[in-house]
Amino acid sequence: MTSDIAAILAIDGIATGAIYVLVAVGTVLIFTVTRVMFIPFGDIAAFTALTLAALETGHLPGTVGLVLVLAVLASLAECWSLGRSGRGRHIPKALAFYLLLPVLVALFVRLALPLAPSMPVRIVLALLLVMPISPLLDRIVFRPIADASVLLLLIVSMALHFALVGLGLLFFGPEGVRTQPLTDSAFEVLGVHVNGQTLLIVIASIVFSGLLYLFFGFTLTGKALRATAVNRTGARLMGIRPARSGTIAYLVGSLMAGVSGILVAPVNTIFYDSGFLLGLKAFVGAIIGGLASYPGTAIGAVFVGVLESFASFESSALKEVIVFSLLIPILIWRSIVSPHIEEEVEE
Amino acid sequence: MALLSLRNVSVSYDKVEAVRDVSLDVEAGQIVSVIGPNGAGKTTMMLATMGLLPLAGEVIFEGSRLNGLEVEERVERGICLVPERRELFADMSVADNLILGSYSLKDRSGVDAALQQVYQRFPRLLERRRQKAGTLSGGERQMLALGRALMAKPKLLILDEPSLGLAPLIVREIFRTIASLRELGVSVLLVEQNARAALETADYGYVLETGEVIQEGSASSLIHDPKLIAAYLGGH
Repeated sequence: MTSDIAAILAIDGIATGAIYVLVAVGTVLIFTVTRVMFIPFGDIAAFTALTLAALETGHLPGTVGLVLVLAVLASLAECWSLGRSGRGRHIPKALAFYLLLPVLVALFVRLALPLAPSMPVRIVLALLLVMPISPLLDRIVFRPIADASVLLLLIVSMALHFALVGLGLLFFGPEGVRTQPLTDSAFEVLGVHVNGQTLLIVIASIVFSGLLYLFFGFTLTGKALRATAVNRTGARLMGIRPARSGTIAYLVGSLMAGVSGILVAPVNTIFYDSGFLLGLKAFVGAIIGGLASYPGTAIGAVFVGVLESFASFESSALKEVIVFSLLIPILIWRSIVSPHIEEEVEE
Repeated sequence: MALLSLRNVSVSYDKVEAVRDVSLDVEAGQIVSVIGPNGAGKTTMMLATMGLLPLAGEVIFEGSRLNGLEVEERVERGICLVPERRELFADMSVADNLILGSYSLKDRSGVDAALQQVYQRFPRLLERRRQKAGTLSGGERQMLALGRALMAKPKLLILDEPSLGLAPLIVREIFRTIASLRELGVSVLLVEQNARAALETADYGYVLETGEVIQEGSASSLIHDPKLIAAYLGGH
């Protein structure tokens, strides 16, 4: 391998890693706030790409149907549980959030579609359409078992992923898509050819990570999310509702996953089931960060991307094997350096 | 009308009744103390009052029933619990812990002023405002827990064993702080094993034993009761 090739592989790897960063950071965010290891996150990214592709061709994306079905189910679940616990007065507010808001988003997309919107508008529409999916799934699937063990939540999350892949096939069909490139520009950096798309991926990843940092560090909502992650009882005693924190975490995480889907769609062909590998590799990155540290997660995700890039050059057939085999030494290393994670570290 | 009334409250863990048929009043502006030995059900009663445990009976606050309200709704109505375990946000800075104390307030305009007041009351917290809460000493943690609760501008503050595990000098400071809450118009329900300090600070007291109220009265009468002196107050 010459240094030229190494440089190209490194840049390619960093771009791939940058995509994993977005998904991995969202995974960590949701895990710390809700204790759910949200496997379907990669599916959210893939669905965003499929949605954007449908919007490009002027078709009504399958996401509309998916969101409407989920909105009805979530509304039923919420009204049922409110009615049963004697808090019927909250039903109008619940309906506005779980039914009206997703329906309005779907309607908005339906009305905007014939106007042949420009690319930035299409991207915004795709993100808007995908963002309700995870909070709705949270309401339907995870809220009733919010106090269950992490393992049970993980198993349910795994099952949910398979259900979503099936729904993906139903709503999007089996065809793969590739969206229009976001930019055609190309640059020479230190004698290495870098195309604009790669640069855009890295920049977007840095910008969104930075925005997340500002959100956590400087807004009351962001701090409340961190507080929920650190100490749920303490948060409740301050009037912070863990369920609401969870919804916000899912929305923010979905935005990150959606952006990664949009960035990856012009580079790779995306099918309804392409999300799984993306989510799994982001998961490896998140594990390197111990499912807790955001900088650690980002470094881990970039590392996975670079490793994958070099692995696919050495042996394309074995690249997944190499990446996932990596998980074993990492888990051993983590279990050695960090003693077991305690639920409460107070007193 | 009392600010907070518990009416025939019982709390059970599975089949074991930890609190049995307790009635209790906290008048506005009062400091009311619940004393009793370890395991008498004091903490259980406070957790149930806050909505963290289910109870039988009635909890009435400012004339309306709290039964069926979530913890968060009780916080929004002006009840704040400082639990025995403090429940601080250990990984977050002292300043962030305090800011989060004000989370339930819809009106954000007074938050900065409230923060300055807490820093005035506990200058140690000002010194350590950038430190993580988990790195504080026991006394500082209790100050932070109190300060965080005060940020919510509560009408009723429930303090569970605020002196637990603290050095005598700091215990005195904490009780001085609690006594000074009267001037702020905050009513206090104080649960303590340190019966003498609690009764010296309080207006009224209840004695809880094995889940039942066995005695109540003004704090000054309780503190001179020979039976209580023998049981809890030590032979001073």
